[in-house]
Amino acid sequence: MLPFLLEVGAEEIPDWMIPAALEQLGKDFQALLDANKLGGRVTRTDGTGRRLVLWAEGLIERQADSEEIVSGPPKAANPNAIAGFAKKNGVSVDDLKVETTTKGEYYTFRRQVAGRATVELLAELLPDLIQKLNFPKSMFWTGKGGPKFIRPIRWIVALLGETVVPFELAGVSSGSETYGHRRLGVRGPIPVTIANYEAELEKNFVIGSSVARRAKIEREVAALGNAQTDAKLLETLTFITEYPAAILGGFDASYLTLPKEVLTMVMRFHQKYFAVNAADGTLAPNFIAVMNIPDDPEGHVVRGNERVLRARFNDARFFYDVDQKRTLLDRVSDLANVTFHAKIGSYLEKTSRTVALAQELGGELAAEAAYLAKADLTTEMVKEFTDLQGMIGGLYIAAQGGKPEVAKAVYEHYKPLSMEDSIPSTATGQAVALADKIDTLRSCFAVDMVPTGSKDPFALRRAAQGVVKILVEGDLNPSLPELLGGDERLHEFFTDRIRYYFREIKGFASDEVAAVLASPWLQLKDFEKRLDALHRVRSTPNFEPLANSFKRIKNIVAAAPIGVGFSINVELLVEPEERRLAEEYEKRRWAELSGDYYQQLLDIAAMRPVVDAFFEKILVNAPDPAIRENRLGLLRSILNDFSRIADFTEIVTANS
Amino acid sequence: MDSFQETVFKLKKYWADRGCVIQEPYDIEVGAGTMSPETFLRVLGPKPWRVGYVQPSRRPADGRYGDNPNRLYKHQQLQVILKPTPKDVIEQYLGSLEAIGIDLSKHDLKLEEDNWESPTLGAWGIGWQVMLDGMEITQFTYFQQCGGIDLDLCPAEITYGLERIVSFLQGKESVYDIEWAPGVPYSEVRYFDELQLSVYNFESADVDMLWEALRRHEAEAQRLIDSYKTVEDPAEKRRFPLLGAYDQVLKCSNLFNLLDARGAISVTERVGVIARVRKIAVGVAQAWVDQEPFRTMKEVA
Repeated sequence: MLPFLLEVGAEEIPDWMIPAALEQLGKDFQALLDANKLGGRVTRTDGTGRRLVLWAEGLIERQADSEEIVSGPPKAANPNAIAGFAKKNGVSVDDLKVETTTKGEYYTFRRQVAGRATVELLAELLPDLIQKLNFPKSMFWTGKGGPKFIRPIRWIVALLGETVVPFELAGVSSGSETYGHRRLGVRGPIPVTIANYEAELEKNFVIGSSVARRAKIEREVAALGNAQTDAKLLETLTFITEYPAAILGGFDASYLTLPKEVLTMVMRFHQKYFAVNAADGTLAPNFIAVMNIPDDPEGHVVRGNERVLRARFNDARFFYDVDQKRTLLDRVSDLANVTFHAKIGSYLEKTSRTVALAQELGGELAAEAAYLAKADLTTEMVKEFTDLQGMIGGLYIAAQGGKPEVAKAVYEHYKPLSMEDSIPSTATGQAVALADKIDTLRSCFAVDMVPTGSKDPFALRRAAQGVVKILVEGDLNPSLPELLGGDERLHEFFTDRIRYYFREIKGFASDEVAAVLASPWLQLKDFEKRLDALHRVRSTPNFEPLANSFKRIKNIVAAAPIGVGFSINVELLVEPEERRLAEEYEKRRWAELSGDYYQQLLDIAAMRPVVDAFFEKILVNAPDPAIRENRLGLLRSILNDFSRIADFTEIVTANS
Repeated sequence: MDSFQETVFKLKKYWADRGCVIQEPYDIEVGAGTMSPETFLRVLGPKPWRVGYVQPSRRPADGRYGDNPNRLYKHQQLQVILKPTPKDVIEQYLGSLEAIGIDLSKHDLKLEEDNWESPTLGAWGIGWQVMLDGMEITQFTYFQQCGGIDLDLCPAEITYGLERIVSFLQGKESVYDIEWAPGVPYSEVRYFDELQLSVYNFESADVDMLWEALRRHEAEAQRLIDSYKTVEDPAEKRRFPLLGAYDQVLKCSNLFNLLDARGAISVTERVGVIARVRKIAVGVAQAWVDQEPFRTMKEVA
């Protein structure tokens, strides 16, 4: 039993691609071991920007020998064919055997296959395995038509026990030598064994374990200050360093007059720093950076980073001051020159459509906010920090003395950015967010820009998902079909989003969602109420049997000749069971949808014994056509009137 | 402490010692060292090439009238092209930083993903921005495509931002305080370029003249590209002035940048003008590749 170590040494691989590459490396290598019956299992994968590493244990030295049965012609075949088969396999006819199979007697040949040495197999298979790692964007480096990888491969360690698994990839020969930190420890190649690999790396300023690097960063950051939690940044720093260490820097408190959103954006995204909170929860004039060297005793790194941040903040201040020379209100007309989309038109045109819609949804204030919402696209700040669009608009409106409610609505109008994000906090903000998103969706669908597969350049799915979330969780309650206008594809598109939302986010069963989708709902809040009631009534004993009866009714009605009406003639109800059913129906049919859907559904479910008795005793297809039509009319009326809350026939039951 | 020019000398010497031809800047306005024919045309085709040069790079929209300590209309790039790329290219690059006095064991150096793309040149590559103590000092790119053409060899392009590196080395807050030569500050050498050309670019350039010049240089480039296609005689192909056509492309690119800074190009128009410049850049690149065998041909006696 042998251990195995693979290290693919490369130039700096983008941090965010490394975890996925490691996962694939582990899976693919395990599959390789299994497919070739080499025993063994992958015990760990890990890496840094400069190395993808895999450990495995328990590999056998050599595959077991095996016997391969080669089937030939039937026993009764022409002797020439039999001789041909023997010759093809390099044996004489005497070496063949006749074996009986289910199809008859056949000549066969049992070939002895010697197992191959594991080292030889791995040498053959590893280059391909490495090259097949998927990366979002790979490159040539030896020239056009050469190997492709995410970044150039510069060394490979491949050890099976103490033996090098010898192969070549992209001009690099595998071996037993790794490399340490780019500028600390030994500069040249470092010989390693499987046993001392990690220790040697550590000696040369590479912490090979990403778990250990992450923990070191977290520990040191926590020791330096009250850093804002930032899981994504932590992950980036874990994979962009080989020997991380955190340092605390500061900046002049006068910059704190700039919007904290801008300061934080510069620190987090441009400089990869953790922003630091003061004791009172406001932003402190500090940052925490993570370096790729163990310490900074002379303060070079702190000073350098402080200098850079100062320059960045100066830029931000410059943008802020330039932007204040014109109010957002003045900037709205400039949107005529900002293209929303070539086929759709400018942002100014979009703005006027959005204003009208926002007015309908949220009144004057919403219309006012919608008018200003896109004007920040013309500011220097948004040109520099695109991700702050909306927020900058809101901040500027507040700074320029606008109404707080309008400022807040603009600030939040891109929300929710994901299903985890919250919706705008005010009804005005929700109206602007809805109007903006609905307009984008309607406009794009109108010019055939409909997302397909993974292609969704305008993030229309996210926009629609946001609309659903706002309508369910927010304060406004407009009719969704009305909002969407008459576009069939857009309705379908939303149906998918609604399904997704209630199934994946709210956890309702698919068939329950389908049942409510098939009912005549208008508002998503109402949709949720129906769904909730249906879900609750579902577990009551009468419900599922009744749902089955509804399916039966639906089938009967569907099979009936066209022209079945809803009329019920009491005179023609001859049997007690059908009279009883008609009475029960009559009692409930006029009920307005009260909003207490649960009670009404219970009430409908309570009809179950009557319905059961009806089907037990009554032949719907009575010989007398008048009676038959009357019965069909009764059933059709029941189906129609009692599917208004949810269509029970969509419910999947044990019997369906 | 080395002056600006001393640092430049050291970098040039470093790369000259590694087989680079040290060139002077190209003498037409460009936005980046990549646009010099020493890069744009030389990276095409199968011939190895190593070159280093300082390229003053004009970005009209970045001008700040000499007021901003970190933004310049015209900054200096040291551009190094290594074609093909040596295996130890990053090691060599790090060595160049050490050669100008940066002790990398005491500074935080990171290579952060940053793929480069120039829509006007039909060029892109894969690479990093090199961060030193949080400051971007170099763009490192493995060229993949140039002028819309897949590159036979994938050259490494190393672009040093000289002002940033030197202000780092000299510990200056403002680029204008950098010592260019002993006793001569950067401001003495460059301040009026920044002030007067910011005024010209933002306020005074004649927009109609710029549009007209753009149109004429574009037409001249296109005329040459079209006419190259009709040439059949090898000797005529060899002497055909594609370099002249490329100069027209550079003129157009700079005029586009000027118009942009002047606020004369609406967002809607922008895409269209970029496409016009790309068309002639790609046209010249294709012709240049086609001309390659004729340029290698011995001159007819």
